[in-house]
Amino acid sequence: MKAMPRPVYLAAGAYTVSLGPGRREFNPRTGRPGLDHYIREAGRAVLAQIGDPAVIDEGVIGNFMAARFNRQGHLGSLMTIVHPSLEYKPALRVEGACASGGLALATGIKSVLSGLADVVLVMGVEVQNTVKALYCADYLAGAGYYAGERKDGPAFFFPGRFSERAGAYGAKVGPALARSAMARWYRNAVEHARLNPDAQEYHNSVPDLLAHGLTPPNPRTFTEHLNLFDCSKVSDGAAAILLASGEGLRRLGLARQDAVEVAGFGQLAANLTAPPPDLTELTTCRLAAAQAMAMAGIAIQDAGVFEVHDCFTISGLLSVEALGLAAPGAGAELVLAGATARTGPFPMNTGGGLIGYGHPTGASGVRMAVDLWRQLTGRAGTCQVPLAREHGIMVSMGGNDKTVVSLVLRR
Amino acid sequence: MDLNTRLRQVAVVGAAGKMGSGIALLLALELAYRALEQPDATFILNLIDMNDAGLQGLVRYLRDQAAKDGEKQINRLRALFRDRADLVDNQDMVQEFVFEVLLRIRTGKTLALAAESLLVFEAAFETEEVKHAIYRDLAARCPAETFFLTNTSSIPLQPLGEACGIPGRLIGFHFYNPPAVQKLVELIRPRDCAPELAALAGELARTLRKTTVPANDIAGFIGNGHFIRDGLYAIREVERLAPEHGFVPALYLVDRVSRDFLLRPMGIFQLMDYVGIDVFQLITRVMAAHLGEDLHSELIDRVLALGVKGGQAPGGAQKPGFLDYQKGRPAAVYDPAAGAYASLDSPWAREADARLGPLPEPGQSWKALSRDPDPTAKLTAWFRSLRDLDTLGADLARRHYRASRETGLGLVRRGVADGPEDVNEVLKLGFFHLYGPITDYL
Repeated sequence: MKAMPRPVYLAAGAYTVSLGPGRREFNPRTGRPGLDHYIREAGRAVLAQIGDPAVIDEGVIGNFMAARFNRQGHLGSLMTIVHPSLEYKPALRVEGACASGGLALATGIKSVLSGLADVVLVMGVEVQNTVKALYCADYLAGAGYYAGERKDGPAFFFPGRFSERAGAYGAKVGPALARSAMARWYRNAVEHARLNPDAQEYHNSVPDLLAHGLTPPNPRTFTEHLNLFDCSKVSDGAAAILLASGEGLRRLGLARQDAVEVAGFGQLAANLTAPPPDLTELTTCRLAAAQAMAMAGIAIQDAGVFEVHDCFTISGLLSVEALGLAAPGAGAELVLAGATARTGPFPMNTGGGLIGYGHPTGASGVRMAVDLWRQLTGRAGTCQVPLAREHGIMVSMGGNDKTVVSLVLRR
Repeated sequence: MDLNTRLRQVAVVGAAGKMGSGIALLLALELAYRALEQPDATFILNLIDMNDAGLQGLVRYLRDQAAKDGEKQINRLRALFRDRADLVDNQDMVQEFVFEVLLRIRTGKTLALAAESLLVFEAAFETEEVKHAIYRDLAARCPAETFFLTNTSSIPLQPLGEACGIPGRLIGFHFYNPPAVQKLVELIRPRDCAPELAALAGELARTLRKTTVPANDIAGFIGNGHFIRDGLYAIREVERLAPEHGFVPALYLVDRVSRDFLLRPMGIFQLMDYVGIDVFQLITRVMAAHLGEDLHSELIDRVLALGVKGGQAPGGAQKPGFLDYQKGRPAAVYDPAAGAYASLDSPWAREADARLGPLPEPGQSWKALSRDPDPTAKLTAWFRSLRDLDTLGADLARRHYRASRETGLGLVRRGVADGPEDVNEVLKLGFFHLYGPITDYL
């Protein structure tokens, strides 16, 4: 992959609270804000950080399943509610399952690279608490091969799919080691979330997180190899950030140090109808991250902060290996040793990640970019970790490792 | 005729009531699953009630509860619908299941609807006149092989079956409230009960995942045999304490002691409100008529005459009775002299608490102990502490404990229960007590 033909920057990120079970203000029996609320709140939080919103040339919004969760299509048009100056400009919604947010970023990057836009507002949104978790599982199953997999698949479809991966990984490294590492991943996620007031697990005050994480899975009521703590929860939320060329930054009135540079990106799709080549590897994630790093001309050792797609604790462990931080099968030990905690050498998901912050599916990729931008520009507040290196890397995954977008960001 | 054959034609009489609707739900779900597993057979559930609005409310309730059950049983549904290519999502299957449940339901206002039923559950108003009228009518309409399962909690069955021309075909199958949740069924087998019916009732209880406790065919059986006398004891205590403490504080004292000192899930007057003071009175009348025992209470007559009845609103909320409630918790005590409720958030309640004195040590609650797989040691320590306290609260608790124990022993003595274990089991399973009345903690 060639180097980036033109500098592209990320700046002025923001995201909303991830609302859902775990937040004190969440009540499944009362009404809740809808798509408009989240789009407005995240979008306007971006605009509050810049001068004139009229300099925005385009909008892109990532969303997975509003058509089912909210019976709403046409989100490209809906996103113009953020500000009147967005009207009569290009805006579109992109979809790539849980990588929809990552895909929105990739789409925006290409617009800036094309030279047709200097400033792109990139958003992601999902409002999922409109249905019970059992029916949410139906909608999210659309990220798999529906015609081929759903009918014979488990009731909780994606937990079932990643349970298979957890089982295979346990068979490879030993089930006890795998379970302990997944429990440690859960503990890290909640401990990080407790520092992030917008996180779904912010109010979590359970004293012994590891004990929860070690809960034996119940195949009769849920899955064979995953317990409920291994899973990201059902979430409502949105994230937004600006992509800009050098000229765009100037128009926005932002300095270089307010922004991070997109040093490289990888965007890949794998065959939705085929089973994963190896249950113990996130192959597409590995290839996309490698592509992004090659484009940026860096190795994984050059990155000091990480955002990975831990929709389940097992995908967190496998992401550590996919990034090349550990050899295949060695990720569990690395996580158990605390290497991916905010105090470790590879601080990962410092705002809580999908398990700690929450997983409003279409927003997650954009939220990752916001968290990396905050860390790399020293804006992460209570979540801030000391940065030993110049780069951050994120991997946004859709479905069972089928659509992946990876970004390397440079301070 | 086996249970499965009988379940193909079932009726519930009094189906829109509190107990009837719960029984209807249990049967509706059971019949739907059987229908799905036996696609060539038809299963019909006739739901009979005199109240049109009640029947519509019942169908709505069954729809909502069927969806909840289907959601809980999603793995079973996914397996049952494996060959249905048109059902893919969880939602498709739960909706289809709800349809399958409602498909079996026929509602109506007359007993003619039960004419083909082979099993008839009856949960009608608890008076002998009503039950006699129903069974005489059913005896004329239903096939000779039909079995009748009554949910009566007090009326002796042998004379009822004989008087109505269904001898041997009637059994007591007494669910506890709410039937869909409570594990206990008190099984009352009249003297002439057909062995086939007794065996069938046992099999049905297992099918519905209920635990049966046998009680003998003596008015009130075990559950009400204890509860009614326990309630009347509490009323006598209030009358004893009222001259010194005043009626309202006295009622509060007795209710609180039975809950907090005896570690019951609710106080005795709250329980009477839960059952309904009017229902309580009906049961005392049935029991008094058959047992020749004086079970009359002037206080009950008086509050009912003032329109204070307790019982539950259609949504399940507790209606005011001896106590008034906020968010399900006692918040005021009824004062018949004033015809009004006296709030617990008042100095008199705090004074009453002070007069009771401290709770035994170490502190326990019914809620915490109810989750304890074996609370025996904690209960022993609690009652040892209670025994040594020289306070009004401890004195009232000891008196109530002994009265309750004596009531339990009386049930064994009179042959209502076959042994102390059956009394204890009914109180533990049906009333959620932590310990049976016939125990030696004091």
